Formats: sequence, structure tokens, C-alpha cells
Amino acid sequence: MTRYSIFSLARNALGYHRGWPRAWRSPEPAPTYDVVIVGGGGHGLATAYYLAKEHDVGRVAVLEKGWLGGGNTGRNTTIIRSNYLWDESAHFYEKALQLYEGLSRELNFNIMLSQRGVLNLAHNEHDLKEMSRRVRAIRLNGIDSEILDPAGVKTEVPVINISGDVRYPILGASLQRRGGVARHDAVAWGFARAADARGVDIVQNCEVTGIEIANGRVRGLQTSRGTIATRKVGLVAAGHSSVLAAMAGLRLPIESHPLQAMVSEPIKPVLNSVVMSNTVHVYVSQSDKGELVIGAGIDGFNSYAQRGSFQVVENQMGALLELFPIFSRLRMLRQWGGIVDVCPDASPIVGKTPVDGLYINCGWGTGGFKATPGSGWAFAHTIAQNEPHELNAPFTLERFSTGALIDEHGAAAVAH
Amino acid sequence: MTGQPYRLPAGGMIDRRRPVNFSFNGRRLTGFSGDTLASALLANGVHLVGRSFKYHRPRGILSAGTEEPNALVQLESGNRSVPNLKATRIELYEGLTATSVNCWPGVRFDAGALIDAAHRLVPAGFYYKTFMWPRGGWHFYERWIRRMAGMGRAPTGPDPDRYERMNAHCDVLVVGAGPAGMAAAQAAGRSGARVILADERSQPGGSLLNMAANGSEIEPDWSSGVAAELDSMKNVRVLSRTTVTGYFDHNFVIALEQVTDHLGSNAPVHLPRQRLWRIRAGRVVLATGALERPMVFANNDRPGVMLAGAARAYANRFSVLPGRRAVVVTNNDSAYEAALELHAHGMAVAAILDHRGLVDGNAVRGAREAGLDVLPGHAIVDTGGRRRVRAAAVAKIDHDGTLAGPTRTLACDLILMSGGWSPAVHLFSQSGGRLRYDAALAAFLPDHPRQSVRCAGAINGAAETTSCMREGRSAGLDEEPAPEASSTSPKPPVQRQVFARYRAGEARSFVDFQNDVTAADITLAAREGYESVEHLKRYTTLGMGTDQGKTGNVPGLAILAGTLGSPVPAVGTTTFRPPYEPVTFGAIAGRDIGALADPVRQTPMHAWHEKAGAVFEDVGQWKRPFYYPRPGENKRTAVARESLAVRNAVGIMDVTTLGKILICGPDSVEFLNRVYTNAWDSLAVGRCRYGLMLGEDGMVLDDGVTANLSPNRLLMTTTTGNAARVLSWLEDWLQTEWPDLDVYLTSLTEQFATIALAGPGARQVLAGLVDDIDVAPAAFPFMAWRAGRVAGLPARVFRISYSGEVAYEISVPAGHGMDLWMAVLQQRSGYEVTPFGTEAMHVLRAEKGYPMIGQETDGTVTPLDLGMQWILSSKKDFLGRRSLRRSAMLDPSRKRLVGLRTEDPEAVVPEGAQILPTPPSGPPETMIGHVTSSYWSATLRRSIALALVMGGRERESHTVHIPLDHGTLRAEICDPRFYDPEGIRLRG
Amino acid sequence: MLLIPCPWCGHRDESEFTCGGEAHIQRPADPAALDDADWADYVFMRTNPKGRHRERWCHSHGCGRWFNVERHTLTHDIVAVYRMGETPPDHGEADGT
Repeated sequence: MTRYSIFSLARNALGYHRGWPRAWRSPEPAPTYDVVIVGGGGHGLATAYYLAKEHDVGRVAVLEKGWLGGGNTGRNTTIIRSNYLWDESAHFYEKALQLYEGLSRELNFNIMLSQRGVLNLAHNEHDLKEMSRRVRAIRLNGIDSEILDPAGVKTEVPVINISGDVRYPILGASLQRRGGVARHDAVAWGFARAADARGVDIVQNCEVTGIEIANGRVRGLQTSRGTIATRKVGLVAAGHSSVLAAMAGLRLPIESHPLQAMVSEPIKPVLNSVVMSNTVHVYVSQSDKGELVIGAGIDGFNSYAQRGSFQVVENQMGALLELFPIFSRLRMLRQWGGIVDVCPDASPIVGKTPVDGLYINCGWGTGGFKATPGSGWAFAHTIAQNEPHELNAPFTLERFSTGALIDEHGAAAVAH
Repeated sequence: MTGQPYRLPAGGMIDRRRPVNFSFNGRRLTGFSGDTLASALLANGVHLVGRSFKYHRPRGILSAGTEEPNALVQLESGNRSVPNLKATRIELYEGLTATSVNCWPGVRFDAGALIDAAHRLVPAGFYYKTFMWPRGGWHFYERWIRRMAGMGRAPTGPDPDRYERMNAHCDVLVVGAGPAGMAAAQAAGRSGARVILADERSQPGGSLLNMAANGSEIEPDWSSGVAAELDSMKNVRVLSRTTVTGYFDHNFVIALEQVTDHLGSNAPVHLPRQRLWRIRAGRVVLATGALERPMVFANNDRPGVMLAGAARAYANRFSVLPGRRAVVVTNNDSAYEAALELHAHGMAVAAILDHRGLVDGNAVRGAREAGLDVLPGHAIVDTGGRRRVRAAAVAKIDHDGTLAGPTRTLACDLILMSGGWSPAVHLFSQSGGRLRYDAALAAFLPDHPRQSVRCAGAINGAAETTSCMREGRSAGLDEEPAPEASSTSPKPPVQRQVFARYRAGEARSFVDFQNDVTAADITLAAREGYESVEHLKRYTTLGMGTDQGKTGNVPGLAILAGTLGSPVPAVGTTTFRPPYEPVTFGAIAGRDIGALADPVRQTPMHAWHEKAGAVFEDVGQWKRPFYYPRPGENKRTAVARESLAVRNAVGIMDVTTLGKILICGPDSVEFLNRVYTNAWDSLAVGRCRYGLMLGEDGMVLDDGVTANLSPNRLLMTTTTGNAARVLSWLEDWLQTEWPDLDVYLTSLTEQFATIALAGPGARQVLAGLVDDIDVAPAAFPFMAWRAGRVAGLPARVFRISYSGEVAYEISVPAGHGMDLWMAVLQQRSGYEVTPFGTEAMHVLRAEKGYPMIGQETDGTVTPLDLGMQWILSSKKDFLGRRSLRRSAMLDPSRKRLVGLRTEDPEAVVPEGAQILPTPPSGPPETMIGHVTSSYWSATLRRSIALALVMGGRERESHTVHIPLDHGTLRAEICDPRFYDPEGIRLRG
Repeated sequence: MLLIPCPWCGHRDESEFTCGGEAHIQRPADPAALDDADWADYVFMRTNPKGRHRERWCHSHGCGRWFNVERHTLTHDIVAVYRMGETPPDHGEADGT
């Protein structure tokens, strides 16, 4: 792997950048692997990377039906934070955040982690109480979080409207200063390049069409590019988890919904922090390019279309302009949708399945991006050791039978 | 026309009698009514309009329309400012002020252009390869990068203008009022269909507007005739200045109408600035035309390098000659027509360079006959000039673009280019339609539609106006197109755009002008493995600018395909995402902002609460009095006074907001048995019962009291915030799971106003207001209800209590709510009746240990957790019952409801505080629970709290530790019933 | 935005409706007889097909009636609409094809 640095950049400039090698190979799939990861998004690529780096598992492949990073990794609003209420979630997401903090250097790929702070707004008494509960729990878990009064919110976000004379005034906010955003594509590309350098075969345009199971054990995969024999398969295909699980005869507590996002035209820096509001249903940050990146809640119906309904955009816009009246004359440049796996308790499923050698990582809903390295790290452990790590041990599929849900809906921060 | 040196003496669609003054970068200039900002600038000889995003290179006006990547301006300043508007899309108005974006100190001298000098260090994606030192260092570098990026600026204050949304339905929506669209609208309109014809320009005509009056194949007044006919048809609505910009499922289309943007400060106040049309169309006809593509050659980005068709539009439509001497470079015939027309207007044409080696046909012959120098197999290899192009270096190339001859220089002040035409398939693609690549046209064309949509005209690759009209007519009627007249000679093919290959790095050839993506960037991306179109786009930012790659995407694809050695269709195209043209946020929100962002629900007594100085609390959409501070009081003292009044005398509270659902039908009791955890068979008429509702997951959903009004008629109350949710939950079960139950539900929440009268004096106060209800305890016991007249008003009185005192809830028709409220306040029982708000109510119920939905519950709490086993019937099934038997529900370590007594009685624990079993020792701590409710109890003269704690009452009398921001509180776990645990007072 | 043919009111915008998720999930007649896994299957597990999906919609801002819709989750095309209690139209199984 050619190291990326300002020096290699300067050196290559002399040769008009004709000397840069491929960031990752484009191999034909081999007939056999020790582990196959299905899904070449951030989570799948991270899993492959950590499998190769931290566990001695032999030959690893990542199969991606389209182009890598083309699912939710490349469609989300890039928010990273670990301010979750329940201990299980807090520890899991915090692991991810800590990995993120060293990721650019670890991968030698600038993922542009920008810890510009994430604010979760409170608009009523109920919000304030939930915020108090959440922030206290987070802090006692050793994660940074603080409470701002409206004036403090204004200091952090000078363009926000804290007037009491609006429909849902801002009564306060929690702030995680270590939260922020990262360049979503770079996370996928960085993991892909680093995994490839460690020998992982990343096979794009390779769709899994069947899972071969004999005597309750995984034997291999049928793909659009031939049959691949393997004893271990990790399914990490947000949006399509139910489809893949069905190939193994499994039913999941998951429904696929559209989640829409949009960007404005680029403008000079006006919003430094990430601002989220659960009550009025909108979240916004400004990218380095200057675009406001705006998201909202999911569409109510099941869909695999990466397309939602315009009414959701209209509603989120009303909410945005409540918070930021000066954005009214800006213009929506681009609008798109992803397919999110929604779990009943808004927490993921990361672990084993009833089929030996088949592991699943899904159900991240609207908030998977922030977990990418932690999810891959724990999932790699689970696949390699055939046993979950303590971080993901609570996030089993069985919890829906036992009732030990980790419900981040009712209680926790905005679920994205 | 001094001051407009490039304005032609006559012609065009401008009104020369109406000069318009405007200012650009501080310069006062004049144009004419009918100009765009771009045409007015060109008339004044201004070509340098902006700076590019990355390299801050000087840029001019490339196009004449919505595809413009370069000429972005900040329009106006202050609250009315709009960033990044395309000068080509701004209609000139008196007093218009515009400035260039993304340059400092100005567009002529821009400090950011230093980047251009260092461009070799910053190829596509350079930022992924550096800025990684030290750990976390990106945050430092980022600050500078952010400042460099971003183009225009946000307005400085709230938007003074108004927007609205308009719903419309039609049989046929025609998008684009060019020859195809007008023909479609005319045909559809004549057939009687309801038609909407939308076009982004101020007048219909489309490409006809850009052609010389004598250059068209059709009668010169065809379009004005059709426009008049369309205007006269009642079933046709023509929307001008309306850009159809989003195409969603089920033929739902959005279009942005710029109602007053072109009027400046003369805009009438009664009109919105913009209007977002939400159109549901039976059929859609897309007659969106085609966009011309630039050519890719070294330094092809200088001001004065322009699309040939754009120059033609400026000359014919706006009567502006964008230069004096042009070099034309093309790979197709359309540029010849442009060159000929401009030549006829007096422009010198230095040469027409055609990438095609063999050229023939009418256009070429015509140019040669006019004396123009046509050079087949030639290309531009470089350009000269800084803030304006001054020269073109041209040379012969062979068929794959390699230089095949010496370079010579042609002086010019304008380079006109045509790299072929890209049909505007954006909306078709948004609609889910599939595209196909046409090699002859080197373009993506509409293929299979997924919705009810037809394409007509240049979007299909049609080049002749007459065939556009023919296609339009058949699309308008949804008929098969008539066969093409045989006389039309096939057009010579557009050659795949070739670009000369020079020694790498010598000069940059731009593909995406706005984002400064060069041909070399594209080959770099391909070399590094970013081979998918989406990777290319994301890695290089090709097509990610405010023009969304309308001009550059196809040339970029061709270069990628060439680098990879695969055909263009194998490389594919990106998905076109909405919107086609950026849409103002304000227009998307419409009127749903400010007070109309969400309905405000107020009770009939709201005006009194306001007058009494109540502090309100938002509960769902309702405004509820939180407390009523008197002069000198704060929240704590006001709430203490109010709660003491209830404990010692009488309080009155507006509880209108509680949900009320009338349940009728012979199976009503059976229905309640299924949805509530307890049994309802024995509830007699005249009696009330408390019920608890669970989700199927066993978690507490809602609670409330239900009264038996008469046989088969019950009235259920719900919490304020859950009223709608509970009703739809009940309806859901009734309609989908238990249609056999004969039960009908009706929401009565807003039909009745309800007040709660609570306190030891409540009975006496009520007695003074009624004469047909016996209020004696024996006659009107706890959990009974009576009908009668209260203060002369028809009323239902329920003896139920959430405060632990003797209490009544009195319901009257909503219109009498204020009468009742006033009557109670003015009664003469001898008791002073004190209004109390939700916070005092919270305190009173917490003193009693009553859990509150949404406070003690959060969707993860079961009745067992609340210590409410008593309400779970063992004799019947109910929703959620099975879930309570799951292993995790029976786990003895589950968090259960307890009371908390702080060691220091004065200390009120913050709600949400976490509870530790041992003193804190540093994170991560072991948390065993949290405080759900916490108050100063004026009654008990100490603080009280409710909490959910692992193990619950088993920890009773244990000391726990509650860390705060400063210090730690110690508290003892206790019985949550702090006050009158036996319930003697409420039954009294 | 979908255009949904309410069987009682005719075609209306999606904004008037609420989606209730998968249809034809029968509540078990005797929940107490089920083991935890079977109960969880009823409460939580969903078919979530990529293809034709039978689902419940409520015309919540209209007539208030629940009804069934068969809709394709990739194209969003509405294949059939039928009232509660009616048998789904037989044109092949609603599945992931």
C-alpha cells in the first residue's frame, strides 16, 4: 500500500499524479474463503478489516452487489455521536467513537472526522427531563455530555432562533463536544483500501442469490458470479437484511423504510455544530463544502426503493425554518433516500443466528453510520471467536423472545 | 446605447423603451426590460462574473439557462439576499444588486487564486491523502478549508417574504413550452382534457425564442398563436416562470413558480414571492428539450468560452453579441447554425473547428457559402487570456484525438463550443424511467417509462422543430406518433466527443466548471479504482455543484469510459435526483412555519388562563397552564401555594385536554376487557373504573378512567398526549382484529370542557353549584358519576381523584367551559377556589405515589415494574399479557417503582438523576436506576421523589447515592406512597 | 407521494393515511399456549419482502377506516386494495419476487 501523506502527494505532483496505484484491487471471487462478508458498506468493510487485522481467520472476502459504500454509507447525514441512554448502547457507540478518533491515521486515509459538537435540542418540559436523565447517565458512563441553557445554545449556534415566541421554543440542549461528522464515503474507501492491503478480496457487482446450508451449518453462497464455498458468512447489508435472512430461512424483527435527506446549495460557514431536534423532527449540519446537510424521520411505509415521499421533506423543512429562519431563502440542491432496517427497539442486532456459521449485523435503523468502526470491530470478534464480544452481547436476536430489549425509542436521544 | 456596447441595434425580445438600472459588483450598469442579468452583463461587455469553487479561476457566462455552472451571484443583501443564483436565470429588474460569490477581495483580484498556482498539489481527492497529522489535526485544517469553500452567503435575518403551496390536479401535465410542449398542450387542450403547461421562462416558445426569426422551419407567429389559443381554453392552465423540478411516485410532481422574483421591490405585497405547485397528473408529457454540452480542451474555462447555442440565444433573444470575433469548435451540426446567425448579426468568425474529420451537409455547406472557414478534423488545444479569452491555439487532430499537425493561434474574444446535446432526461429519470444510450447522438435518451409519462421533442433526440411538434401532438393525445415525413434527411452523427491528448499536466481541461473537475482528475480517479460512476462522482465531485452536472456529466462519462476502455453505456450514468433546479426552502415549507408550524390547541378557558398570567406547558399540541405565579412568586412558591390550596381547601384545574372516547355498542365491555388489563364486567351504570392499557410487548401504553354512562355506552378518558394514539390503537384492533365486536368509538375530546375540583372543600363547593345531584358521600361515592346541572349547565360529574383528595371532574359542553370555570371561581361556599396547573397536579399525585404516563413510564416499563400487579386480571387475556411472562420481564433485577427520601429534606433531586448503590468512584459507574419524578412537597415540608430502581421495593430502607454536578446526595428507598397511603382522604 | 385508492373514499394523497405495516398477522387465539419464540414471532417478526407486500393502511385523516393494500416495495405500485376481512385478490403470492 502506497502511504498517503503530504510528501507522497508532493512527490506524485511531480509526475502529474500518474503514479498513484489503485486504492483497492478488483479481484475475481475465489472459489473458497474462510469468511465471507455479504455487504460492502462501511460496516461490512470494517468487519473485514478488523477480521484481517485482529483475528487470524485466513482468507476473507467482501461481496457487494453494487459499488462499495453505495448503500446507507453513502446516503446518510454523517453524524457521529455516542450520547446514548442505555449502558449497552453507550458502551457500544462509545467504542465506535473512540475508534473513529484514531481512524484516519489507522487507515492512512483521511476520513475527515470533525468533532464539531452535536446538540440535541429540548423544546418542552418532557424533553428537558429526558435530557437530564440522558446526560447524567452518559456522563456516569464516562462519556462527555453537557447541558446548555438557551443562551448557551445561542453561543454554540449563533444563527439559531432561541426566541420564546415560536411554536416550539428551544428550552435547552444537550451537547456532546466529541460528536460531529465525518466524510461518509471516505470511511468506506478507507476501510476498503486498508482491508485490501491486508489481503481481503473486495468483490463488487457480486450479488448473493442463495445461502447453502446443510445440517444447520453454512456451506457456502450462491452469487451472481458463481458459487463460493465458506463455513462462515456475515450478513451486513442494511436495507436488505430481511431478504438475505430469508435465504437462510430466518425471519427478522426488521422492516425496511425509506429515510430521506437533502443538501442545500453550498454557502460560506454559518453553522458550526450539528443540531438535532427530536420534537420537531429535523437534524442539520454544514459540510466542509458548505452545503447544509439535512435529515428527518423515516417514511411510514416499507420500501426498498431508496425513494420516499415529498411530504416528509416538506415537514422537515418547516421544522428547519422554525429553528433557523435565516435559512428560508437558501435552496434545496439535492434530495435522496436510503433504505434503513428498523428494529422495534431502535437498537441493532449484532451476533449469531440459529444457523451455525451464519452471523448477522443489522437493524441499525437511521443511525448506523456513527457505529461503523465499532460495529465492524465487534462483529469481527463475533465471527472469529464464534461468540459475541461483551460490547455486542446484549444485541442478540434472542432478545425479542426474552424481552430484554434495548429500547432507545422511548427513552433516548433522537434515534439517528 | 452608450454603456451597452455589445447590444445589437435592433431585434430581440427586449423592450428598448424600458431601460433598467442595476448594479454588479458595485458597478452601475443599464440593461433593458426583458434581459436576464447575464444578457445585461454581456451587453455591457462584462464576461468575468465569478470564480470557481476550488481553484478560484476567473469564470464567465457559459450558458443562457438553468445549466449554468459558472455565473453564480449573490443577489441583493441583508434579509432578502439569495446566494448562488445563476445570472442566466435572473430576470433583470430596476435596482437589482448582484455581487460575485466566492472571491475576496473581489472578482478581479481574488486572493483565493493562490490555490490555482499550487494546483498540482491538490488533484481530485487530495484531502483524503493528507491532513492526517497529528491525530485530530483535521479539525484545524478544516477551519481553513471551510472558509475557502461555500460560494455565497446566507441571508442575515429572517425572510421577510411569504411562500405558499398550491395543490393542483390535471389530466395532462406538459413540462416545457417549447414547440413540442406547446403542441402537446394544444392537442390535449383541444381534446377537452384538463391541462397544465409549465415552463421556467417568462414566455412560451422554448428553443424558438433563441432562433433567428427567419431561422425557424415554421411560421414565425406559430408560438404566439398557440399561446393565445391556450390562454383562451378554460381547461388549460399555463404556468410561466414555473420550473417543474421534482417527479415522485404516482405522478406526483412539484413545480416552483417564481411569482414576484422578477419584480424586485415593485412586487405587490399580496403576492407570495414563490409558489410551490404540488401537481397530481393523470399523464405527464415531458418536453424538456436538450442541453448543450461543452467541449473539453485545455483552459476551456476562461471567460468568453461559451456554448454555441447560448451565444445564439443572446444574439436572437436578447439582441446581445457576446463578442466581436469568435472561434467555433464543435462535433456536430448545430454550432454551424449558431455561427451563421451570429455572423449575420455581424460577428467575425475566425474559424469553425470540427472534430469530425469528414463533414458535409447543409449546415456545413451553408457556412462555407457564407465564407466561413471550416476546418474539419481540428480542435482547440489551448486558449490564451486571463480574465477574458484572447486567443485559441488550434491544431489538426486524428480520429482518436491525437495531435496530427502544428499548432497555430487564432485571435478571438469568444470561443463558441458545442459538444452535442444532452436530452434533459432528469425528470424522466426521477420518475423511475430507464434510459438508453444512443451512440449516434452520444446521448442518454428516455427508454422504458415506469409511470404514466410520455416524452416529446428534443428530449427524445429530435432535432427538427417540425418533428418536435409532431411528437408533442401525439404525446398530448397519448397516441402513437405519426410516421416521420420521409423528406427529412438523417442528421450526420454527433461524434463521440474526443479530446486531444497532450503531455499530462501541461494544462487543465475542465469537465465540471463549477467544481473544477478536470479530465486529468477523472483519469486519476479511474486509475485509483474509483471506476463506478458513483465513485467517480463522489471522489472527484463531478456533477455535485449547484448545476448538478447538467453540462459536464456526459463528457465526464465519456472520459471515464475512454480511460477504462469500455463503451459509455457499460460505464452507465448516475441516478438523477430531485430537484432538477434548486428549490427555495421557504417555498417547500410554505405556510407551515411560525404559528402555523403545528396547530395550537387551546381549551375554552384558555383566555382566562392567559389573563391570570399562567405559565404554559406544551403537552402534545395543547397549551396547558403549568402554574399561575402571583406577583413575587417563582415556580416553586407558586406550585407550593397551589398544592397546599388543594390539600387544605379547594383547587380548580382545567383538565379539558384529557382524551375522551365514547365507546358504544353491545360488545363494549368485552372490548374493554381485551384492551385493559383489568376486568370490566362488573362495572355498573353510574360507576367509574381506572384502567391500564398495554402494548402487545407488555409495556404500559396509557391509563385513564372509564365511566359506564348507560347500558352499552361508556366514556373512556386518556392522557392528554396519548389521546389520538389511543383512539387509533383502539380503532386498529376493532377494525382489523375484532370486526366481530359490535363497538363504535367516537372522540369527544373537544366536545366537552372539563374542570377538576379537588380538596377537602370540593364537596361543599360543588354542593353550592348543583341542585339536582345529591353530593353526600353515601349518595355520590368515590368512583361514581352523576348527570345533572352544575351552575345551571348540563353536566356530568365524575367523582375521581388524581390528587388524593375528595375531587370531582365536571364536564360540560365545550361552549360552556368558560361559564363553568367562572361559576366555580365565583361560587359563595366560603371556600376560596385556587386555580392550579399541571405542575401542582404532578406534585399532588407524586405525594400519593401515583405513576404518571410518560414520566414514570417511557415505553420500557411494565405494570409489574410499577407495582401494579393488582390491576392485572388473571381470569382473562388482554393485550400484552403474554409478554409479561417472558424471562426478562420476570428478572428480579428489573427496575421497579420506589419512593426516595433524601437524607437532607430540603434537597430536591433533579429529575433524571441517576442512582448508584455506592458512592461514586469515577466513571463508568454502576447505575441501578433513575429519578423519574422529584418535587418539593409543601404538604410534607420536604422533598419527595419517585424512582425506578433495580430490585425495587426489595431495596426499601437502603441508602442510595445520587451524583450531581457538584457533590452527591444520599437518599433512602421507601414506599412511593408518601401521603395518606390508606386513601382515607379521597374517599372521605 | 403515493396516491392511495381508499376503498371507501376513492383516490387520496398519502398524507391523509397512516401505514400500519404488514397485514394478515393473526393474533394468536390462545397467547398463553405459545412459547416465547412463537409469541415473539407474532409481536416482532415481519416478512418485510422486497416485492409485493400486503399491508394495512388507515385513512386516518379521511373516513378513519383501516383497509388492506397490496403494494410493491420496490416500485411502490399499488397492485390491489381490499377491505378488512376480504380475501386478498389471488394473483400469486405476495412475496419477495
